[in-house]
Amino acid sequence: MKIKALTANEAMAEAMRQINPDVVAAYPITPATEIVQHFASFVADGLVTTEFVPVESEHSAMSACIGAAAAGARVMTSTASQGLALMHEVLYIAAALRLPIVICEINRALSAPINIHCDHSDTFGARDSGWIQIYSEDSQEAYDSVIQAVKIAEEAFLPVMVTADGFILSHAMQRIEVLEDEEVKEFLGEPKTPYTVLDTDNPITVGPLDLQDYFFEHKRQEAEAMRLAPPIIEKVGKEFGERFGRYYGLVDPYRLEDAEVAVVVMGSTAGTAKEVVDKLREEGKPAGLLRMRVLRPLPLKEIVENLRDKKVIGVMDRAEGMSGFGGPLYTEIRSGLYDVPSHPPLYNYIYGLGGRDIKPEEIEEIFKELFDAAAGKEIPLVNYKGVRE
Amino acid sequence: MKEGWKELPIGAIIKEAGSSIKFETGDWRTRKPVLNKEKCINCLFCWVFCPDSSIIVENGEMKGFLYSHCKGCGICAEECPVKAIEMVKEEV
Amino acid sequence: MPFDLKELSKEKDLFAPGHRACAGCGPAIVMRQIMAVAGKDTVVGFATGCMEVVSTIFPYTAWRVPYIHVAFENAAAVISGVEAAYKALKRKGKINKKINFIAIAGDGGTYDIGIQALSGALERGHNFLYVCYDNQAYMNTGIQRSGATPLGAHTTTSPAGDVIPGKVQWRKDLTEIVAAHGIPYAAQASPSHWNDLMEKVKKALETEGPAFINVLAPCPVGWYFSPERTIKIAKLAVDTLFWPLYEVENGKHRITYKPRKPKPVEEWLKEQGRFRHLFQEKNRWIIEEFQRQVNERWERLLRLEEASL
Repeated sequence: MKIKALTANEAMAEAMRQINPDVVAAYPITPATEIVQHFASFVADGLVTTEFVPVESEHSAMSACIGAAAAGARVMTSTASQGLALMHEVLYIAAALRLPIVICEINRALSAPINIHCDHSDTFGARDSGWIQIYSEDSQEAYDSVIQAVKIAEEAFLPVMVTADGFILSHAMQRIEVLEDEEVKEFLGEPKTPYTVLDTDNPITVGPLDLQDYFFEHKRQEAEAMRLAPPIIEKVGKEFGERFGRYYGLVDPYRLEDAEVAVVVMGSTAGTAKEVVDKLREEGKPAGLLRMRVLRPLPLKEIVENLRDKKVIGVMDRAEGMSGFGGPLYTEIRSGLYDVPSHPPLYNYIYGLGGRDIKPEEIEEIFKELFDAAAGKEIPLVNYKGVRE
Repeated sequence: MKEGWKELPIGAIIKEAGSSIKFETGDWRTRKPVLNKEKCINCLFCWVFCPDSSIIVENGEMKGFLYSHCKGCGICAEECPVKAIEMVKEEV
Repeated sequence: MPFDLKELSKEKDLFAPGHRACAGCGPAIVMRQIMAVAGKDTVVGFATGCMEVVSTIFPYTAWRVPYIHVAFENAAAVISGVEAAYKALKRKGKINKKINFIAIAGDGGTYDIGIQALSGALERGHNFLYVCYDNQAYMNTGIQRSGATPLGAHTTTSPAGDVIPGKVQWRKDLTEIVAAHGIPYAAQASPSHWNDLMEKVKKALETEGPAFINVLAPCPVGWYFSPERTIKIAKLAVDTLFWPLYEVENGKHRITYKPRKPKPVEEWLKEQGRFRHLFQEKNRWIIEEFQRQVNERWERLLRLEEASL
């Protein structure tokens, strides 16, 4: 183990170096460009044996990843925002073909207007594509999760995207504990792929036309793979913890057990919000937090277990779902709690779009409003925090 | 009975190469090719131009048609340099 | 050395019967001729299109070689990935044998929606062959115009109407666009000249780096002709100089077949229902313009060949 000062981009690139994938096909895009740049230097300096395919678009990046993974290679790429949106069509195909591809994704707002800073609209847009989604609170987690993602992908035979907040994490230097190359290699073992098109003695057809008589069965099979993914993610997170001391699960509850008011949050905001929770606790207020580390598959059991007995819940969304009814995480959590007979009231706070800072004072305000609601005050269901009226 | 989702191979792949042979397209035909063996010079132009791999050739010799799959397009008859193939109306 | 059909016909077809292509399908003939040369150690990457649809309806596949289809616009990108994986795994000693990589797409997947992925893959220099089966329209969705549709042709999105007489633009010269990438091998072929086509496939597969072959693939349904005429119509396209058979090897143009007495392009046009309206008096000028373009392009090709000597 080594201690290094790295940004999330550097940390994810470092993880990629240690993973040493067979193929990386990638296209630069702010704020994920550095990942591709760093990796290109690793290739140029002979630090990896990867075949690097510097494609002409993100659509081709994912298409080449699919081709390479179907040929039995361990495959990774990196992108953000518009790049992920351009991949949209082929993301679904990677998942349906059950190819264990890993994306290092840096969260950035989707146009328009064009913006290069953080929100989660890009990965939320890929929510239903069949990819496992892991959101990082900090650069350490981004690094650790990229390594775990390879193992998860190869056990679930589903692709995985690991995200980190654009600029907030991607460009901010943090103290990172970096594993030894050998440790990563041992943890991952040899690549596992579901099939290969390179076996010309046993030729297979990948990506056939599937009509009314089989398509449904294939989708049902894919859905089952996603349903079976949570225990795999947990197992890999536990094994990672046992080996390297940092444990990961599907969700990350913080001072939640005896909390009366909870916020649900994703990504780097969790770090700020945890400090707010500490402050409120010191003031004697029963505040708590649930960070969603994994959004797909939706950890339904964990949502229910952790939130069922709260008085009031606030869901913080760094994306506007344009549903006319709050952000996408809000509707997910609401749906998750539907089966709790006396489900607690849920309020939505949309914040931080296009990289707008969220300050501790604002999170404190959110908690204050939620405590007011718990005391019987009426507040709107959907709220925007930090926007000028 | 077609397979249920638990029985199908992962990722919607097809494991059996060339399984289309099991799907017979011969009943699409309205005209069928008939070979006049006397005239045939075994140039095999019919073989190289057939869209449906329906010319049976054994050791370089034209033997006839794979009627189970021949769609009756008539290219073989059209391209035969010695008019050894005739298209006749398919009997139903 | 010409290909020996007696020998080729001994091998099992790698594009099997039972596919659902229409009777007299030009592209299906092209598939067979390519695969007869490529052999079993070949991976085929396919773009969405009529040949993709008819050849792989689950649970049936006409392919006896490994095959991968991902989407419409990305056949070149997908095969780039397969080829990159091959290189990586070969370097790691996990695979040894020589494998051909062939991307196949129609004119829609090549001239239009797939041109970016194709251009990128050519520029990166992957070791692969890209075959475009050019049936000159989007046949899979029902005969819509493409960048390959010739002047005057009726398609369902360039219909011959009372005011507009079919497609009003000339087609893209994709073979030259590809050749302009400076790749080692680019060619144009026709299934009517099967030996020429097969020699080009062989040469392309022996080429180190990217190779491209644009193959004319007449479509009885989309061009409105009787299915037995497929090869005749392909041959007429060559004999009228509409579809010159040539290759560009390391920047040098060579015409591989020169019709001794070229026929007027009208002879090709009149065989096909999609050009029927051109023979109305008010539209005759389009045939003249068509002929003028064909002549001009042929002369240009002759000059390119001469400059290559």
